[in-house]
Amino acid sequence: MSLSFPHRHLTGIYGLLPHEILFLLDEAEQWIALNRATSKHDDRLSGLTLINAFFENSTRTLLSFEIAGKRLGADVVNMQVGASSVKKGETLIDTAMTLNAMRADMIVIRHQSSGAVQLIADKVDCPVLNAGDGRHEHPTQALLDALTIRRRKGRIAGLVVAICGDILHSRVARSNILALTTLGAEVRVIAPPTLMPAAIDRMGAIPFSDFDAGLDGADVVMMLRLQNERMDGAYLPSPREFHALYGLTPERLERAAPDALVMHPGPMNRGVEITSSVADHPTRSAITEQVEMGVAVRMACLDVLTRKRRGVEGWA
Amino acid sequence: MTASLAILNARIVDPVAGTITNGGILIRDRRIAAVGLFDTPSDVSVIDAGRAHVAPGLIDLGVFSIDMKAFTAGGITRAVLMPDQSPPLDHSALVQRAAAAGKPDLWIHPLAAATKGLEGSELAEIGLMKAGGACAVATGRQWIADAGVMHRVLSYANALGLVVVSHAEDGGLTAGAVATEGEYATRMGLPAAPAIAEAMAVARDIMLAEQSGARLHFRQLTTRRAFDLVRDAKLRGLPVTCGVSPAHLLLSDIAVGGFRTFARLSPPLRAEDDRQAALEALADGTIDLLCSSHDPLGPEAKRLPFADAEPGMSGAETLLALSLSLVRDGRIGLPRLIELLSTAPAGLLDLPGGSLAVGAEADLILFDPDKPWRIVSDAMASHAGNTPFDGLPVQGKVLQTIKGGVALG
Repeated sequence: MSLSFPHRHLTGIYGLLPHEILFLLDEAEQWIALNRATSKHDDRLSGLTLINAFFENSTRTLLSFEIAGKRLGADVVNMQVGASSVKKGETLIDTAMTLNAMRADMIVIRHQSSGAVQLIADKVDCPVLNAGDGRHEHPTQALLDALTIRRRKGRIAGLVVAICGDILHSRVARSNILALTTLGAEVRVIAPPTLMPAAIDRMGAIPFSDFDAGLDGADVVMMLRLQNERMDGAYLPSPREFHALYGLTPERLERAAPDALVMHPGPMNRGVEITSSVADHPTRSAITEQVEMGVAVRMACLDVLTRKRRGVEGWA
Repeated sequence: MTASLAILNARIVDPVAGTITNGGILIRDRRIAAVGLFDTPSDVSVIDAGRAHVAPGLIDLGVFSIDMKAFTAGGITRAVLMPDQSPPLDHSALVQRAAAAGKPDLWIHPLAAATKGLEGSELAEIGLMKAGGACAVATGRQWIADAGVMHRVLSYANALGLVVVSHAEDGGLTAGAVATEGEYATRMGLPAAPAIAEAMAVARDIMLAEQSGARLHFRQLTTRRAFDLVRDAKLRGLPVTCGVSPAHLLLSDIAVGGFRTFARLSPPLRAEDDRQAALEALADGTIDLLCSSHDPLGPEAKRLPFADAEPGMSGAETLLALSLSLVRDGRIGLPRLIELLSTAPAGLLDLPGGSLAVGAEADLILFDPDKPWRIVSDAMASHAGNTPFDGLPVQGKVLQTIKGGVALG
């Protein structure tokens, strides 16, 4: 047993070993029950300050981290900085130094630029959690997705997971590819060629441009949000065409395994990448469960990453 | 009239003859008066080289900043300045001012902006800038997207006897990109452009140059397909040349791992196969010269998320040391290296220098090709130490830079 979790920060899934990912999932499991109880409070982070520094707009991720911190007893401060006001120059590092000087005990960062979280993590003394940086990584999303899959399917190894939509711009896709392949799943990525990154196969994913072929026999179908601002002209002809070729409809879902799970990190474009009847399916859709697992995973990450600071031993 | 100087007990690297011989160099009136073995006159100052090497001073084609300390430290006696200044060098007066900036120590040779404001739409006053001291015409950091404009630039410059220095990346493909498309850019989530963006620009510009009869130089090429196009153009006898930086010969896109903004360059670092192609092109003569693309950038430009950081590296003072690794690896000989760093750029732009001929200007460097040292960003003489080679142990150091017979530094 090591004295503390071997990673100071959680900047990405990259670099995590399978047993480390599984440990975080196991830790998250214990918080699910607490979150479903009437009294949802635990004081283990009492006295610690969690700063959520969001340089990019977010509602659900910010709320999820805020709830996670508060349920563990931390003092939570939210700092929503518009992308336009703090964007360039020394300001980002200045902000990191300021947060450090204020003796934050944990900092959660979301930023529109890939690598921004690493830049801050290198400058501060406390653990930094990546809540999404550019199109690079969104590790807690991947952990909550893995937790959701494991609870629904009982395992991850050996499953076929199809991730569909705007892969090119998606940090969720990258973190999920890393997490799920590390845990032994077969990951397929499905996107029109204009939204498929080069060399994605080198990350361990199998690329498909034919939605139906990619869905064939999949145990999990994970849809991604199509960013409407990228729709016309630049990457795709139109939302209508995208829906026709890559929208998840009940008919399409028939191509996946009979009990295939439907997931989406939200927010959804209903009628574009997914139809409401699929998104709201009472048994096959796990979308609201993903949100619930998000709080538990974030509680687990905050707990584990601050153990060394709190003098708590043990992680495996 | 300046004092006379004799450099004795040296290893003389002559890039024109392709030889390394023992002896000295006698300098009178800023020019080389004798080379090899000669009787040392009594009225001259003497530098005992102590078996160090002496060679023509380096000529760096395409620097972005007038950085005298870095040039002196790097053995650069003439720096060819890119027009990407503030304001851009698109007017004769600006060219004249830039040309005077380094004298009398090191000489700056400005490149005239091909288009007004480097915007790629209207021809700048190239003829007047030539009269003002511009040694060639350049498109700046950007490719000229409009083929009609580029055609006119090439034709007009050709009539004036000027080489056109082009940045070869198709702007449509590279818009917004900060890395080369591939595994690393994908893993790191960086906006990336396919490497063929370079070859596409090269192909078009070669066709336009062929049609107009102009001399065309690609400041930095980095991809296998681009080298193939230049190789083919040369075989057909076209006056097309190209350069490359040591960074693109020694590093691949792996170096951007960890979001190291010092490794954010333009053109971006390429895949290993392209790096190998660059080494092959160097060996077979497709690459005509080496340049540093010296672009010192401070923390306000580099201590940023990768995609927000500006591209460029501080390269002047590491140019020789990094290039010498090509000699140690047996890829080229030492005289050939000096040719790539000095004689070739001088010949391409019709500049003095690059030669040890009697009567040539005494622009020289003394260097020890084996002296070990470590590149340390914080300890560089340059305005800024943004080098992707920070911490790298290297061999080969410039001991003395001599411009017009005067020892600098």
